[in-house]
Amino acid sequence: MRTMMQKLREDVRLKEGLNACMGCGICTAVCPAAEYFEYDPRSIVVTVQSGNEEKIRKLIESDTIWMCGQCMSCKPRCPRNNCPGLIISVLRRVSQETGAFVKSRLGRQQYLILKTIGTNILETGYCVYPASVVPETHPEQGDVWKWIYDNKEAVYERVGANLDKEGPGAMRKIGRENLDELERVFAESGGQTLFTSIVEYSRAYAKESGFVDANGQPDMEKYTDFLLNEDNDEK
Amino acid sequence: MKNSQVNVTKEIADDNYFYLRSCIRQNFFPGAENVFLDILKNKLGKNIIDNANHTSCTGIGYHSDIVPYETYQTMVARQFALMTEHGFRNAAVSCITSYGGYHEVLETWKEFPEEEAKARKNLKNATGRCFEIPENISHSCDIIYRFRHDIAELAKYKLINKQTGKPLRIVDHIGCHYAKIFPDKGVGGAEKNTVLSAVVEAWGGESVDYPERRHCCGFGFRHYLVKNNRSYSISNSKKKFESMEPYCPDMIVTNCPGCNMFLDKWQYALAKIEGKTYSGDKNGIPVLSSEELAALVLGYNPWDIGLQMHQVDVEPLLEKIGFDYNPDEKYLDANGNFMGKPEFIGCLD
Repeated sequence: MRTMMQKLREDVRLKEGLNACMGCGICTAVCPAAEYFEYDPRSIVVTVQSGNEEKIRKLIESDTIWMCGQCMSCKPRCPRNNCPGLIISVLRRVSQETGAFVKSRLGRQQYLILKTIGTNILETGYCVYPASVVPETHPEQGDVWKWIYDNKEAVYERVGANLDKEGPGAMRKIGRENLDELERVFAESGGQTLFTSIVEYSRAYAKESGFVDANGQPDMEKYTDFLLNEDNDEK
Repeated sequence: MKNSQVNVTKEIADDNYFYLRSCIRQNFFPGAENVFLDILKNKLGKNIIDNANHTSCTGIGYHSDIVPYETYQTMVARQFALMTEHGFRNAAVSCITSYGGYHEVLETWKEFPEEEAKARKNLKNATGRCFEIPENISHSCDIIYRFRHDIAELAKYKLINKQTGKPLRIVDHIGCHYAKIFPDKGVGGAEKNTVLSAVVEAWGGESVDYPERRHCCGFGFRHYLVKNNRSYSISNSKKKFESMEPYCPDMIVTNCPGCNMFLDKWQYALAKIEGKTYSGDKNGIPVLSSEELAALVLGYNPWDIGLQMHQVDVEPLLEKIGFDYNPDEKYLDANGNFMGKPEFIGCLD
């Protein structure tokens, strides 16, 4: 059985992101997430650098690794050219591959991201798609977005976009052949495996937590509602 | 001297671009992409291809960790394959996340050739496609920067307050992944980035520094994508607005589609939450991308380029510039029919 460190080291980004941390903490000083959360990228790097299996296992089961906003502000400021943001990406990968992510509130949210962004990618070829930015769930988008959303066809046409139509242009319909290629890329390169891993671990956690239907199977709609309302005070 | 402090002058291809669109920009500011293509083709006489077959690079999925790096590399390889098939070696990238991502992948392949071999194999097996490594990857803001003086010569307007005769006071926001991941890939590097300030000055405006100029807009990928987490995102934007406020900017210019959207929308959301704006009026500070700003100085109709899609109204800015436009056309469709209008524009009633 591979150790945590072996799993982390299999990812080239660990080599790219971790040279030799001297613990100066400049990454923490400039980190927007450290300002917002109780979060310290310096200590994460020190933990990974230590190679302590138990501490790394706890780390990938924790909320901590999900607090980074991936802005990479840490990267240009490190005197030794480490990149804590990249190390975080590696920890998150292992957390999802091993199922550790369901043990933390922020980690469990990966299921929500998969359902929105993952679905958009495979079904439309875009990460973000106008019909999925629903005003009711995006009140911050304001009245102008609501007007755009309600008049999509006319507004996009007015500004020269090609919404859902054949040919080139902004928000064009990405054809079936291209979507099939995208799906095959995901199947060939591990993307589909990761999607399946996130779904299966989430289903198991949903069942274990009592979100089941009349047949005792995981009820993922109930689970989604739970995730959407799971706040900081939960558990 | 640290690499982030080097005064970077990067290579920017001068013609023959393969355009790679942005998911966020297409969604929220599609007119900015269209007018960028129009400026390059019809004002600057450049060759740029808009290919229908490219998809999202999946960068938002990658940075929110649902797309593994191996898949991301293969998706990037597919974009490069489409370029290769069309005989192009220069990428013009609309999205900052993609821009950082393409460079990340290329750097990985330089350091770990086995990763490139794996991406080539994955791509071949999945699509039958092959690719050549691009010669140049530039962001759209790089290209505007490169031709800023040509645009100034063609300009109908300057970034000058017509009433006072003084330069407009403009703050910039550089998307994090433009130069923080690889400082040598951004004009001026990570700490003293000049890609937007040089453009502003070339067109007559005053580039105004502010303390939190380098701070993230707060997208945070998973922090915005999950509704419960959005307070992270808005808090970071608030920090930027508070930092800009004492300098009384006439507008914000950005190079990143996501930042453009967040700095526009979060002003509205903050006004609803706090009952205040950071602009000294009820409208808020207009936020334009470098594409939109180039189009304005060149005299494009603001409604053709999609400025009616911004929450913070751009009309006060147009008035300051003395822009000749028709406010009555703002909400007319492509056939000249009224298509309704938003219930509310700006930040505060």
